Amino acid sequence: MIRKLGRCGIGAVAELGQLTLFTVHSLLGIFGQRYRVEKLIRAVYEIGVRCVPIILIVGLFTGLVLGLQLYYVLSRFSSETLLGQAVALTTILEIGPVFTAIMIVGQAGSALSAELGIQRNAEQIDALGTMRIESLGFLVSPRLWAAIICFPILTACFDWVAILGGHLTGVELLGVDAGAYWNRLYDEVTFTHVRDGFIKALAFGFLTTAVCSFNGYFTHKLSDVPGARGVSQTTTRAVVYSSIVILAADYVITSFLLQT
Amino acid sequence: MSASKLLIRGLSKSFGTQVVLDAIDLDIPLGDHMTLIGRSGTGKSVFLKCIAGLLVADSGKISLDNSDPVPHCSYLFQQNALFDSMTVFDNVALPVREREAVSRNVLATRVNEMLDKLDLIGASKKYPAEISGGMQKRVALARALITHPEIILFDEPTTGLDPERKYSVFNMIRQYRQQFGFTVIMVSHDVPEVFEISDHVAWLDHGKIVYRGTPQKLLDEPPAGLNSFINPQLA
Repeated sequence: MIRKLGRCGIGAVAELGQLTLFTVHSLLGIFGQRYRVEKLIRAVYEIGVRCVPIILIVGLFTGLVLGLQLYYVLSRFSSETLLGQAVALTTILEIGPVFTAIMIVGQAGSALSAELGIQRNAEQIDALGTMRIESLGFLVSPRLWAAIICFPILTACFDWVAILGGHLTGVELLGVDAGAYWNRLYDEVTFTHVRDGFIKALAFGFLTTAVCSFNGYFTHKLSDVPGARGVSQTTTRAVVYSSIVILAADYVITSFLLQT
Repeated sequence: MSASKLLIRGLSKSFGTQVVLDAIDLDIPLGDHMTLIGRSGTGKSVFLKCIAGLLVADSGKISLDNSDPVPHCSYLFQQNALFDSMTVFDNVALPVREREAVSRNVLATRVNEMLDKLDLIGASKKYPAEISGGMQKRVALARALITHPEIILFDEPTTGLDPERKYSVFNMIRQYRQQFGFTVIMVSHDVPEVFEISDHVAWLDHGKIVYRGTPQKLLDEPPAGLNSFINPQLA
């Protein structure tokens, strides 16, 4: 029992070490690449542009629900005028970065992991090695940098749409004064709040893309079975681990930001 | 003095406790066609991957007989390993585009010349899934040849092909080796057909090279054990 636990512990530490090296090499790999702007633009399109519709839809419904829930909580204390501030701060500080990251992982992260896994199985990654092309720089690096660019932008889109959703429920549906909604929001939301939300978005983008890429790239080592089932296993693993990483990192980052 | 042989000395590779290559020594004359035969699971592909640098050998050395660095090797995978979301043109252009500072016009000329030589010019805008298995093999060969390698490693290039296509792949390798002058190191199960295009044959068994000679010598005086491998029905 103790031996098994020890083996699991050593395995986890070893994998964490591999993930760290993988991430550092991937991050720096872009500088050795030719046509890196072209590759970056393509990756921004894959990770960023393709995720815009889902982010807008989820953001709108999240804002609508937030507006509804917070209105009923605030109305108990006759504080409905605080609705704009409450929706904005909840969204900008917590829900925006977390939901955006989870949505992007669901759409782009899983696709990235599966694509790399299939490329590994089809020996395309080995083929890059025989062509003396640095596979991490070619396949992973542009995606990692694209995630760092896209996550904050998509989070900003999510935040705006969610705040508009809160307005639709609170002001248009439940009759909160529009001036109170927006004035409270402008008064209370500061640059620090927006900055904190972006710090989270940056961290989530970096971490989740690294986790998804790592799982796909090493699908032959991380899955119990080879072939398509192995890719499906590592893709699921990538999404589950990324979601856990998002929530754990959210707690850690929030703790640090509240202290500063 | 130019090199004439690729020297492989004491090449060993294990996976856990399983010894796959056990201190292999082999000389491969440059410009020749060396075919490696052996039963399934005896480490032939591992041997090729060690030469290509895809696997790191536990010990041993690969060098040229004049101490020059080992020349660039290209590798042809069993399933071709073409990028299925790239066109034929982009697949062939990939190693040049990513490694060499050439303009787009020069790149296009070079790729088109290569596609022309391998009768693929009509397929340049197609995706690998839209062309036949034989054409995919030629695309993989074009991608391997475009960087002008001195050695090409073929890992069971005729797996899953019918006899007619098998012969056409063998003919293609023979024809292009004469045309481009590269060295071939090939793993194949197609005995005795593969002997027709080979200059030398080596038999890998239990992690060791147990026989090396010309195909004719092998057919005339097959060593014990190898006879049953070549002619299983006689065994």
